[in-house]
Amino acid sequence: MGLAKRIIPCLDVTAGRVVKGVNFVELKDAGDPVEIARRYDEQGADELTFLDITASSDDRDLILHIIEAVASQVFIPLTVGGGVRAVEDVRRLLNAGADKVSINTSAVQNPQLVADASGRYGSQCIVVAVDAKRVPGDGPLRWEVYTHGGRRATGLDALEWGRKMQALGAGEILLTSMDRDGTRIGFDLELTSAFSSALDIPVIASGGVGNLDHLADGVTIGHADAVLAASIFHYGEFTVRQAKEHMARRGIEVRL
Amino acid sequence: MSIDIAVIDYGMGNLRSVSKAIEHVAPGCSVVVTGDPVQVASARRVVFPGQGAMPDCMREMEARGLRQALLDAARDKPFLGICIGLQMLFEHSEEGDTPGLGLLPGRVRRFPAERMKTSGGEKLKVPHMGWNEVEQVPHALWAGIPDRSRFYFVHSYYPEPADAGLVAGWSAYPFRFACAAARANVFAVQFHPEKSHVAGLRLLANFVAWQPAA
Repeated sequence: MGLAKRIIPCLDVTAGRVVKGVNFVELKDAGDPVEIARRYDEQGADELTFLDITASSDDRDLILHIIEAVASQVFIPLTVGGGVRAVEDVRRLLNAGADKVSINTSAVQNPQLVADASGRYGSQCIVVAVDAKRVPGDGPLRWEVYTHGGRRATGLDALEWGRKMQALGAGEILLTSMDRDGTRIGFDLELTSAFSSALDIPVIASGGVGNLDHLADGVTIGHADAVLAASIFHYGEFTVRQAKEHMARRGIEVRL
Repeated sequence: MSIDIAVIDYGMGNLRSVSKAIEHVAPGCSVVVTGDPVQVASARRVVFPGQGAMPDCMREMEARGLRQALLDAARDKPFLGICIGLQMLFEHSEEGDTPGLGLLPGRVRRFPAERMKTSGGEKLKVPHMGWNEVEQVPHALWAGIPDRSRFYFVHSYYPEPADAGLVAGWSAYPFRFACAAARANVFAVQFHPEKSHVAGLRLLANFVAWQPAA
């Protein structure tokens, strides 16, 4: 026995509510973030990830209040991402009660931010979120990094980018397949596996989970260290505990 | 005002999680997050957390004049080290080749790249991040926590106490390492009890109630 594979419910938050989109658009309301966080905590979630998908800066401070409220009631690791542009944003989120901060668009615009933030607060609290999309063609599999919630192509090769982020001090990669997000047909396992074998830091698989076997496949085939899902948990289809029991039956070490 | 529990603040990382968790298990206690050596001296119990890199942590701790206050507290008060707060109690860390406080004999080492594989050959990632089992060595702070309960870890360095009698708990990644150390009124853990759900909160509650033998 040893380290358990983690199951991480993800809460996309905007204007103080949890929402869920399909392929990063068409948002549906899924409830109150504090209430949902408590429910997942009771079900045995290993961590929680909050992504602030607020488009305008008007609502930006709301996430700090939400994190404060959650952190005073839920005693498991909390990751917060979205709109992190400066070391000062990292500081404010950590002070509000986040344990890790996830950086995405800003890492592409200013890779030094990852180095500065991990230098200041430690690699353990800096997650780099990579939104990757397959590059069509007949050659070897390749993925490109997207930013701005999946709307903007960067021209960056995703694997090379992941290696660079690790070298700059990222402690973990949150890897989302843009092709699979919201589709419910399973993770992009080739993407997940490519990242996991290329990197020495943990990789969280994200994007496309529609059933419990998809979660297990992320670990057994994708070699992910943790699996992240949103909609299968939000709408009460499965509990986190059911997911863990299923993974345990598939021979995966989990915390039950 | 008397302080029941001082959480040592030397400017490194997020202490909110630690203080919130202690307040949660000790609602009647005054919990103060402080970097003031005078307040530390007046507290009944001391919690010494830490995040980030060991050289920075040692430097910031020294810059705030906390060394003597910590050594004094560790002499006779219930004292809980967490994560880097455990590592700083030892004599030396490989991280930045940094001397520690030397309260406990032993060294802190990095998980060696060449050993980070499961018995099946699968690569193990560093940092060691997530929930791992803890094999307890009997101690008052484990009261009510089932042996081999899982706690949340996130670290790339681990302690290697010079004296096996100091080990209060073991974990494995992939080799066995000491994840808790204890001597008299000092208890220190590599994992994060404040992030370890029911088991972690129970350990903190046990610390708040702990009356070490004089």
